[in-house]
Amino acid sequence: MNTSLDTSNASDATTLSRPASSVAARPMLPPITDGSGIRWAIQDTLSMTWRNLTTIRRVPQLLVFGVVQPVIFVLMFRYVFGGAITVPGASYVDFLMPGIFVQTVSFGAINTAVGLAEDKNKGLLERLRSLPMSRSAVLGGRVFADTVRNVFIIVLMLLIGFAVGFRTHTNVVMVIAGIGVLVLFGLALAWLFALIGLSVTNGEAAQAAAFPIMAPLVFASNAFVDPSSMPGWLQAWARHQPVSAAADAMRACVLGGPTASKVLISVAWSLGIAAVLAPIAVRRYRRT
Amino acid sequence: MTLTATSPGPAIVADGLVKSFGDVHALQGVSFEVPTGTVLGLLGPNGAGKTTAVRILTTILRPDAGRASVAGYDVAAAPHMVRRSIGLAGQYAAVDENLTGHENLFLVGRLNHLSKANATQRAGELLDQFHLTDAANRPARTYSGGMRRRLDLAAALITHPPVLLLDEPTTGLDPASRQDLWGVIASLVSDGTTVLLTTQYLEEADRLADRIIVIDHGKIAAEGTAAELKATLGATMVALQFDDTAAAQSAVELLADLQATHPPADPFTVTLPLFGGAGTVRDVLNRLHDRGLTVGRFDLHEPTLDDVFLSLTGTLGSSLTAGSNASQKEQVSA
Repeated sequence: MNTSLDTSNASDATTLSRPASSVAARPMLPPITDGSGIRWAIQDTLSMTWRNLTTIRRVPQLLVFGVVQPVIFVLMFRYVFGGAITVPGASYVDFLMPGIFVQTVSFGAINTAVGLAEDKNKGLLERLRSLPMSRSAVLGGRVFADTVRNVFIIVLMLLIGFAVGFRTHTNVVMVIAGIGVLVLFGLALAWLFALIGLSVTNGEAAQAAAFPIMAPLVFASNAFVDPSSMPGWLQAWARHQPVSAAADAMRACVLGGPTASKVLISVAWSLGIAAVLAPIAVRRYRRT
Repeated sequence: MTLTATSPGPAIVADGLVKSFGDVHALQGVSFEVPTGTVLGLLGPNGAGKTTAVRILTTILRPDAGRASVAGYDVAAAPHMVRRSIGLAGQYAAVDENLTGHENLFLVGRLNHLSKANATQRAGELLDQFHLTDAANRPARTYSGGMRRRLDLAAALITHPPVLLLDEPTTGLDPASRQDLWGVIASLVSDGTTVLLTTQYLEEADRLADRIIVIDHGKIAAEGTAAELKATLGATMVALQFDDTAAAQSAVELLADLQATHPPADPFTVTLPLFGGAGTVRDVLNRLHDRGLTVGRFDLHEPTLDDVFLSLTGTLGSSLTAGSNASQKEQVSA
């Protein structure tokens, strides 16, 4: 194999400049691996994560727009509607902010779909498929980078919450545990949106496909109001769906009260969603 | 070159490739071989099946039937080994717009499992080689169309792969950038790299390829060197230019038995191969005269690949239209 790379006699008849060091093309083929080894899977996933995080750094608008929407919701519900909303057992701002965190993670996950659809649209996925890299790293790197982004945004929203009067009633460990529950929820949603991103042709289509899925989950939930005020059929939905479960768990973690069962329900939702959708998304990636 | 002595087998083998997408039969039994160290031009209009063939050879797509091997490895049985051995430069420059030129190359190097030091070094060498050093630390979205193609090609070369697949490498580029890229590709070939090149441009195939396969509707329409293909049309071509398109159209119909056609994007002109020598010339002119069609200009030339392509597929006009669409797209995205 290497012998076919012996090009030391290459004549350079074109205008190309060739540094002396590369005239003799050195064999530099990638090491022989089967591409599925754990070590390469991790390294490739980290490479793709680096690439995705660099994109976020290079185009900070993505992050800014991701924060603007929840901030508007905070201001609107805290100061416009908040006075008219009563919730059992807590001040409204304390009830609201955990819901806002869940909303931020939920809508933020749409980025996973948009990013993948754009990579597909730009032809980048074609190139990546032709490389001897791990088959799971493209999706893994996307999901991982979006998780890092989620942590950053949740912390930012936490600070904004403090600024508008939100206070935690537990301890730091519980708050971190709550963030962990949300990050896990975001991770589960990322697989849903990876699947959507691979199924559409570009970023706008991904956005258009993702919003109708998330809107009923986020708005018909207990994120902003107590479902008791909703009609019966809607209550049933609002009390038993993953966004409400995540909001319940986060509220318990920052406000106190019985916590373990709520955290377990949300974690179960997240693991269930990921267990079903991650394999489907990976299969879809290999197939398309 | 000692290449042929050390690597006797063909670098690329396609054997009866079949691929359909629903009702669209992209490939209907395509077979060819590319000897190591040579360039094969896969020439055809849009939708002929060129890209499908490339996607199969790069393991991105599985054929419905048939076998293929690249660098001695079967694409179905050893896809990972194939991926180690190839570089792919795609139709729409597959660079990450938000990464800099250097970061793009570094990423591809790392995903090829080069060490960080090697990936950095190779990125620097290639940026230098492709005249991108000044733009190395600018995001690729600030690059011109030609610079993106060069970066895309550089990314395909990061590991010195022995086999290179170039899918319409110059589609949508302006003539100067195309000339520039042709120089780059020609120098790779002189390095002994095996290249499979798809193109809609006859001039490109003529200039770069050792052998040419004309592909149309998923089938091989003709195969040979540029000279051989031109020879299939017989000796000389006649070009008749008319003052208006209606007269030219009438002439095409009148001389259909002599394989008269319009060259691409020129409705005023009619070309036909001169199989019968001077007798045919007299016959043609007499028939036009009898019909009252006045020839404005009369011209004899040796057949070009354009003539070959036109007589084989009759669709060059549409492929040229598609080419200009692609260049518009390029400008919009640039």
